[in-house]
Amino acid sequence: MNYRWDWSVLFKDTYMGWLWNGLLWTVIISLASWAVALTVGVLIGIARSAPSRSARLLAGLYIDVFRNIPPLVQLFLWYFVLPEVVPDAFGLWLKRDLPYPEAVTAVVAIGLFAGARVAEQVRAGIEAVGAPLMPAALATGLRPVQAFRLIALPLGLRAIVGPLTSEFLITVKLSSLSLTIGVLELTAQSRHVENYTFQGFEVFTFATIGYLVIGLCVTGLMRFIDLKIGGAALRKAPA
Amino acid sequence: MIVIEDLHKSYGNQQILCGCSATVNLGEVVVVCGPSGSGKSTLIKCINGLVPFERGAITVDGVSVSSPKTDLPALRSRIGMVFQSFELYPHMTALQNVSLAQIHVLKRSRAEADARSEKILARVGLGDKRDSRPSQLSGGQQQRVSIARALAMDPQAMLFDEPTSALDPEMINEVLEVMQELALEGMTMMVVTHEMGFAQRVADRVLFMDRGQIVEDTPTAQFFTAPASERAKQFLTKVLTH
Repeated sequence: MNYRWDWSVLFKDTYMGWLWNGLLWTVIISLASWAVALTVGVLIGIARSAPSRSARLLAGLYIDVFRNIPPLVQLFLWYFVLPEVVPDAFGLWLKRDLPYPEAVTAVVAIGLFAGARVAEQVRAGIEAVGAPLMPAALATGLRPVQAFRLIALPLGLRAIVGPLTSEFLITVKLSSLSLTIGVLELTAQSRHVENYTFQGFEVFTFATIGYLVIGLCVTGLMRFIDLKIGGAALRKAPA
Repeated sequence: MIVIEDLHKSYGNQQILCGCSATVNLGEVVVVCGPSGSGKSTLIKCINGLVPFERGAITVDGVSVSSPKTDLPALRSRIGMVFQSFELYPHMTALQNVSLAQIHVLKRSRAEADARSEKILARVGLGDKRDSRPSQLSGGQQQRVSIARALAMDPQAMLFDEPTSALDPEMINEVLEVMQELALEGMTMMVVTHEMGFAQRVADRVLFMDRGQIVEDTPTAQFFTAPASERAKQFLTKVLTH
């Protein structure tokens, strides 16, 4: 192979600045969309476990819609289509006045997609680990809402920290989609530097290691939380 | 105290209870026994409204369980229940398990509830286990925590749904001893169990169930010496021969 390796591009002021800036945006988009995903996922997951039929149906509809449309399509819908179909004033605000419009749209789109997946985990956790203790909690005189809030929900959430690791990791990787609407995150900046230097291997090695380190941090963090709250024991079938 | 009248319950096409009637008076200990699938557990779970029923009536201390006007949580808080598989909250310590409903149902302060929980845990022989999680306790210890959780609510009656069936043989006695003490103190109790020795020692009356019906409702001594029904005789020869 006739390739002239030149690792020094990674350390040239301009390029290094672009790459680290991209890494920073990847971290920001990942954390922000994960925050959206967790909030939406827990709320929808609770609604999915509610006694009210209509709440369950609505939550199910949300999950079906957001989980089945490709996240890239969702991103385009939010970014290109939404501003055209809402009332003019709001559309104009989205296009002109919203600060960091690409990044905010990416966070919302990725967050809502991942939220649907988190919601299913929350529902499963409540159903498998939390709900079986409801009769015992009710028998002590707790009202159904209290029993759910004090027992079924916290148990369900503890049980899913392990499985949520994968969802968190997927969210991190989905952040790279945001380059399609113009967010200069890690993948976008890597291509950017490649275009200027033609040193694609070095640049994408940097990106690869960047994603790997973020992923390992996420895995470590989630494992730590899981250990702290005894999630693994809850996932085991009772003896 | 507990009055059951003409109770009917079915799951789909399966008739579980057909026309059960019984009474448990204040201070009485009634043991419910019978072959598996005879409806014992369903019957006892109907009493605090954990299982809804189609026909008949249950009143506890004069309050109807099935009436929509009844405050079911308030009624349940006055009846303690102990389950076959303990059903402790695995993310809480023994003390927190016992204190939870005191704080959220009886509105005791945490300090007050914990003080009461410690007393009751000591009473069931687990004073040193207050900070243990259920997973760190043996089956017998877990079941005693579960009894403590029910007692902490100062119940007027206690329901036991096969409290020793999930236990290793050597742990059965530590649970039965606690139950026996309760009975001696005059607690009104309804106990679904296969422990015939316990029934003989403690029960005032025995209800024998078969295929969803209460076949026999007799004083303990008479049940073990001269059961009226053929079905009960067969059952007794099977369970008493070993």
